[in-house]
Amino acid sequence: MTTAISASGLVKTFGRTRALDGLDLSVTQGEVHGFLGPNGSGKSTTIRVLLGLIRADSGEARLLDGDPWRDSVALHRRLAYVPGDVTLWRNLSGGEVIDLLGRLRGGVDAKRRAALLERFELDPTKKGRAYSKGNRQKVALVAALASDVELLIMDEPTSGLDPLMEEVFRACVAEERERGRTVLLSSHILSEVEALCDRVSIIRSGRTVETGTLTELRHLTRTSIEAELAGAPQGLAELPGLHDVDLDGTRLRCQVDTDRLDGLLRALTAAGVRTLTSRPPTLEELFLRHYEPQGAEQ
Amino acid sequence: MTALSTTVPVSGPRSASRAGSLSGLGVLLRLALRRDKVMLPVWVYAAIGSVAATAVSFRKLYPSTAAREQFAASINTSSSLRALYGPVHDGSSIGGLTAWRMGAFGGVVVALMSFLLVVRHSRAEEEAGRLELVGAGAVGRRAPLTAAVGTAVLGNVLVAVLIPVILIALGERASGSIAFGVSLGAAGLVFTGTAAVAAQLAETGRAANGLCGALLGLAFVVRAAGDAAGSNGPGWLVWLSPLGWTEQVRAYGGDRWWVVALALGCAAGLTAAAYVLVGRRDLGAGLLPQRPGPAVGAAWLRSPAALAWRLQRGSLIGWSLGFLIAGAVFGSLANGVLSLLQGNAQLEQIIRRMGGQQVLVDSYLATMTNLLGMVAAVYAVQAVLRLRGEETGGRAEPLLATAVSRLRWAGSHLAYPLAGSALLLLAGGLGTGVAAGAVLGDVGGRTTDLLGGALVQLPAVWFMAATAVAVVGLLPSRTSAAWGVLGGLLLIAYLGPVVHAGQWLLDLSPFTHVPRLPGSAFTVEPLLWLTVLAAALAAAGLAGLRRRDLG
Repeated sequence: MTTAISASGLVKTFGRTRALDGLDLSVTQGEVHGFLGPNGSGKSTTIRVLLGLIRADSGEARLLDGDPWRDSVALHRRLAYVPGDVTLWRNLSGGEVIDLLGRLRGGVDAKRRAALLERFELDPTKKGRAYSKGNRQKVALVAALASDVELLIMDEPTSGLDPLMEEVFRACVAEERERGRTVLLSSHILSEVEALCDRVSIIRSGRTVETGTLTELRHLTRTSIEAELAGAPQGLAELPGLHDVDLDGTRLRCQVDTDRLDGLLRALTAAGVRTLTSRPPTLEELFLRHYEPQGAEQ
Repeated sequence: MTALSTTVPVSGPRSASRAGSLSGLGVLLRLALRRDKVMLPVWVYAAIGSVAATAVSFRKLYPSTAAREQFAASINTSSSLRALYGPVHDGSSIGGLTAWRMGAFGGVVVALMSFLLVVRHSRAEEEAGRLELVGAGAVGRRAPLTAAVGTAVLGNVLVAVLIPVILIALGERASGSIAFGVSLGAAGLVFTGTAAVAAQLAETGRAANGLCGALLGLAFVVRAAGDAAGSNGPGWLVWLSPLGWTEQVRAYGGDRWWVVALALGCAAGLTAAAYVLVGRRDLGAGLLPQRPGPAVGAAWLRSPAALAWRLQRGSLIGWSLGFLIAGAVFGSLANGVLSLLQGNAQLEQIIRRMGGQQVLVDSYLATMTNLLGMVAAVYAVQAVLRLRGEETGGRAEPLLATAVSRLRWAGSHLAYPLAGSALLLLAGGLGTGVAAGAVLGDVGGRTTDLLGGALVQLPAVWFMAATAVAVVGLLPSRTSAAWGVLGGLLLIAYLGPVVHAGQWLLDLSPFTHVPRLPGSAFTVEPLLWLTVLAAALAAAGLAGLRRRDLG
């Protein structure tokens, strides 16, 4: 497996704000990589460094085995980009923008273009100024998806799309993965990342806080347990990694650090288990834990 | 009890709907004035300042009644001068001459102020989506348009009051001064109403402004044609133009108030029409149909240069036509310059000392080509700043994320200040040359002279454009500095000689170094120097653009 994108120790300051503070990112070829973080955490800045639009103060970035700043023109032929906030030329129609951007990347696949217009229900004859936010987003999406490229970089691509169109978008990304393309998908919408991505990098304040597959990340978090027992469980108070314990006679609700599950289960089976429900953490819970302001956790 | 409980709900919604269509007006009006706290005073100042300056300069130039009347007579016999300014209705007073000189032009200034203000606060807001934000609050349907119209009305009232105050302070007749000020204000109000209607018809602010600008141009041309024809032709044409009404008030020379009433009635009718239209359409929609664009990009639309052509061609064509027409006006006035001198012994003596009438005509034409050069510099700087506009507007980003290098992108736009300004100067020189040839004789010779006279301005225009490139490349957050430098240098070039500024100050402006053609010897060195400096500035700017962060 080769690496499509690698960045290590990226630092970028704008005046006094430190937008990137030692960010690391690694995207393997052929995967859909989720790039998660709250607004203002540095997702767009990272993408702009990767596109060679801005230069990092320090750190190293490689894109498709090239230098994103020095080799930008050659690299851009092999990638397509969907900006987070799409602005179009006022007097160019959507169709013209799609063709122009596609041709500047090296060509548009006319059949794919027509199919995508139909799937996204986009009218290509409207002028740029007449499109709503969602439709501007669709113009950029069709332009990117209709190009024959190895890498798709998308910055919050579904902002402004309605739920039906989000479904269409997900289907398109799934097809891109089938075709062996690499996708970097920045988002703050967890369900989107959960549904689409093979691996995830979570960033906060310009720094990567976690990276890995969803399964790998989940082991860092707690599991919710609900159980009805035959008798009262013993020694719960001494068990490490147990949180929010709510014991009502023989009914137990609690949270447990996932790597401490064994201890809890032993205590439960000792008391006799009637029913047991365990639920893996949703990405929301994962997110909440990582983005709680530091120190507020306890 | 029952009587009360039935009548109250009935009268309630009714009065609410009446007050409701204007509710929120106070807040909107304050918002508009807050946004215009610079623009509105500048417009009003431009209108009254130019009138005051004109009156003061007439007082210096023609101190005696006899001199003024002689001057007025020479104007009224020249059809080209009548076309430009209209006839003089009262040549005996400074006020009468001021009303003549600033009637049509003052009308253009207040018309521009009025329609730009109305469109800015109505259609442009709606297009930007900000009106939706405001409209979701407790704001009546007609309140935004009323706030926009109210802002323009305020500007026109200020003009109508302050101009008489200044002219009376300068010692002019009160009745004429008031009539002149009010006639200008009334012209502004006609265009306020026009803009209110245009803002309902067009779907974009740009289209609404374009519609108003076209009507203003038409009003000027129709009035010019009527005035040029005078009593020998279709003089009635002036009555079709709001700018003609300003002139037909005949301030100081009859003070015909019924013409003011005509203008005010027209303004009221237009505004009422706009109010009817605003109730008949949806938010964001216009009444003129919006044409769809092509579904597929034309085969040639495949490079940054093609995109730049799409984006810049409208402005280039418009400016070129403007230069051609302005040149034709300048050229056709070459004859009037001579007729103005006849009978003024003092001026004639000066001219003889300078080398005769040919020198005077050449000097006039050289001044006009110099002026064309300065205006071309405005175009060039504006075209350069388009680059920065694309960048901050977020439109450069998707383009530069394709296989387009920064230099190729910048080059696609910089072709316009580089070659487009040459096209403007050619158009201006051609217009001036042909028209001057037509009134003075020798069309071929004059055209060659004036094409040369216009093209020698090019290195100075390039210098100004290159300054803007340097600003965009090296000081991107200070883009307005490009306008500041241009404005400062143009002011030096334009006003420096008048106020007898020191030569070192004049030398700062590139336009000082351009040989004055026709009439003087052609020297190539200053042009080479300007070109070299321009190339160095542009190279520094492009190097900066390649290295810096975008966005």
